[in-house]
Amino acid sequence: MRFLIPLGVFLVMVIFLGVGLSLDPREIPSPLIGKPAPAFDLPTLEAPDRRFGPHTLKGRPYLLNVWASWCEACRAEHPVLIDLARRGEVNLIGLNYKDTPEKARAWLEAHGGNPYQTVAVDANGKVGIDWGVYGVPETFVVDANGIILYKHTGPLNRKVLTEKILPLLRTPQDPRAKTP
Amino acid sequence: MTAEIGQYCLLLALLTALFQGTLPLIGAARGQGLWMESAIPAGRAQFIFLALAFCALINGFIENDFSILYVASHSNSALPLYYRIAATWGAHEGSMLLWAFILSGWTLAVTLFSGGLTPVFRARVLGTMGLISFGILLFIQWTSNPFLRLIPMPAEGNDLNPLLQDFGMTIHPPMLYMGYVGLAVAFSFAIAALLGGTLDAAWSRWSRPWTLVARIFLTFGIVLGSWWAYYELGWGGWWFWDPVENASFMPWLVATALLHSLAATEKRGAFKAWTVLLAIFAFSLSLLGTFLVRSGVLTSVHAFASDPARGLFILVFLAVVVGSSLLLYGLRAPVIRDSTRFTWLSRESLLLVNNILLVTASASILLGTLYPLVLDALKLGKISVGSPYFARVFTPLMTPIVFLAGIAAMVPWREGQLDKILRPLLRIALPVIVLAVALSLLVDGMSDIATLAGIGMALWLLATQGLSLWNRIKHRQSLSEGVSALSMSFIGMNFAHLGLAVFVIGVTLSGSHSEEKIVKLAPGESASIGAYTFKFGGVHAVEGPNYHAQEGRFDVFEGNRQVAALTPQKRIYQVQKNPMTEAAIDPGLTRDLYVALGEPLDKDAWSVRVYYKPFIRWIWFGGLLMMTGGLCSLLDKRYRIGSRKDLTLESQRGA
Repeated sequence: MRFLIPLGVFLVMVIFLGVGLSLDPREIPSPLIGKPAPAFDLPTLEAPDRRFGPHTLKGRPYLLNVWASWCEACRAEHPVLIDLARRGEVNLIGLNYKDTPEKARAWLEAHGGNPYQTVAVDANGKVGIDWGVYGVPETFVVDANGIILYKHTGPLNRKVLTEKILPLLRTPQDPRAKTP
Repeated sequence: MTAEIGQYCLLLALLTALFQGTLPLIGAARGQGLWMESAIPAGRAQFIFLALAFCALINGFIENDFSILYVASHSNSALPLYYRIAATWGAHEGSMLLWAFILSGWTLAVTLFSGGLTPVFRARVLGTMGLISFGILLFIQWTSNPFLRLIPMPAEGNDLNPLLQDFGMTIHPPMLYMGYVGLAVAFSFAIAALLGGTLDAAWSRWSRPWTLVARIFLTFGIVLGSWWAYYELGWGGWWFWDPVENASFMPWLVATALLHSLAATEKRGAFKAWTVLLAIFAFSLSLLGTFLVRSGVLTSVHAFASDPARGLFILVFLAVVVGSSLLLYGLRAPVIRDSTRFTWLSRESLLLVNNILLVTASASILLGTLYPLVLDALKLGKISVGSPYFARVFTPLMTPIVFLAGIAAMVPWREGQLDKILRPLLRIALPVIVLAVALSLLVDGMSDIATLAGIGMALWLLATQGLSLWNRIKHRQSLSEGVSALSMSFIGMNFAHLGLAVFVIGVTLSGSHSEEKIVKLAPGESASIGAYTFKFGGVHAVEGPNYHAQEGRFDVFEGNRQVAALTPQKRIYQVQKNPMTEAAIDPGLTRDLYVALGEPLDKDAWSVRVYYKPFIRWIWFGGLLMMTGGLCSLLDKRYRIGSRKDLTLESQRGA
């Protein structure tokens, strides 16, 4: 009998892997939810001599969208972002992740314009590590107190935006009372 | 037209694989000689078909045939030729075709170098490989066909991910796949032995060189990947415990256990059932790695496009292959009898401990990789397991392995005497401790216990290894006679363990004593890190063969002495207008100095990253030494593959 133990263990694993297939791995909550957004101070894409960090926005909620010109999925979410920027409801900040400014600028131009109020340039990905970036694109919702409310992994779509993200930004609330 | 030829060859290979996976196995069961022999031409034909299919796809890339969807998605006419060729395996469909092609290459090798095998055994090995190949080819044809046409044809391709446009990245996947897929041979030998009930010393002697070769490639692939991550990703790190990295590391650990266990099986007839199980595990983990990477159940920095249909197919394939092998094992293993007895103090026991530790390490990595998935499946919430978990679990498991590795070679098979083993060990223990403390004082004033422990373990391994080497040669007339009497596999083991010690030193010192700084520098300003001062001499334009670059100059001083002049670049490739950061590294035996230009800031000032990485090169050097060890062992005269005469001679000698 004991020689069949490996088979038993393996079958249990297969069941879990099978269930795993039906789940959405992109829904990874960040351990940072409910915690203050990590500070940074980075050059901006618009003007390299001007620097930007979350402290600049103190008192205003914002979306931090992590993107890069080499990121395929970013193309998919770009129209959604442009649409969002046109509505002017939220402060949309870009974090250009492991990219080069020249390429980033060219990419924005080629894909319908720049939806961001400001793009911080995280060329070496160090800030991305602080924010726990798994893959690009990712979007963080940060409230007026500088607390991360929500993180979305993968391209944004209108459904996620209207059902999850915008309500968070509209209703002022204490995020620490709500566990993810 | 070539895409259609490729598609046609792929289908022919699929049919051939089905033939190869059925007729020879039936023949082996019924004793039909001709049916068994048919495995050989089938295996060779499959190789030819897949080679043609693979060439057809490469040709699509070379000719910039953007009417092929896969080429259009991953190439561009401006991409240099060698990167266009490498782009063939730059994404999912092509890398699966490479997987299948490499498996057929291993099949061809088995048909060529299997002269020493009995016809029944060879038919079963090739039959098993045929079945695996059939599954993979069906997967390609069904869910990942690289030859699909794109109509209308676009004028230009989407280009290859710029991160992959690098020398390291062009050879890393093929090497890794050679290792991964090579474990299929050891697996097929195990299945053939279980089917025939012939788990003897000959079986382990046949398996060992194949496992060795696969592990050499796997080691090389992992070392390449780690080195590439270090110099190209610009994080200064060499291992990230990413699920995809883990997927290659788990089979490596089990293959290492398998090699050690095969030694005990071959020499002493011990652990037969366990060894067979390890051979199954090693390849199962390769398949599991493929599943994890290809199905998208885990998010990772490596994650490619994922598709649920692909995930489901690989899961079913995994369940069938691994499930049926483990069932076969469960049914056949109970009758396997180990023909040997050994006491707790014997090389067998130590090898068993080594095996348990390696398999436990592999299992804990598997646990860490799958744990988030399992919690999610049980609706217990979502977590991600990162490097703190792996570092905490892995170090305590590796420490005893390093501690025992050197001792094992001194302990005799079957039964050792405690005082005989202990006496020389006690004699070297004190010098090792003293030297470790002295070196640790020298490095950091003994402020870090991890440094002391790491140095101590590496020295211990070197000392015990040296002692066992000395024991082998001291009874000979002269040193040269003693050395020449050593077997190649013994020399190989020494190289591999030396590599382990070198690796431990690299990990320890680069881990606890690296420094990095990100600074803003104007020409004339300098930044210091450790004992080194980096003086920025400004940036000027440079013309390369196919790029314009901004090149910074850094003069690096240690005290007042200049040790290096580093010239990192920001390049813009003319054809592609593709900016790339080229870090400048001053490599050294004891330290790397690493400078990368960040962004131009105000006026002439730049943001600059500087790193000081002590002994980091020892990590990869250790890996290469392990590889060298494998190559030496392969040259051992016992493993001259395909020479029946050698094998029979050996067995007459009674090993």
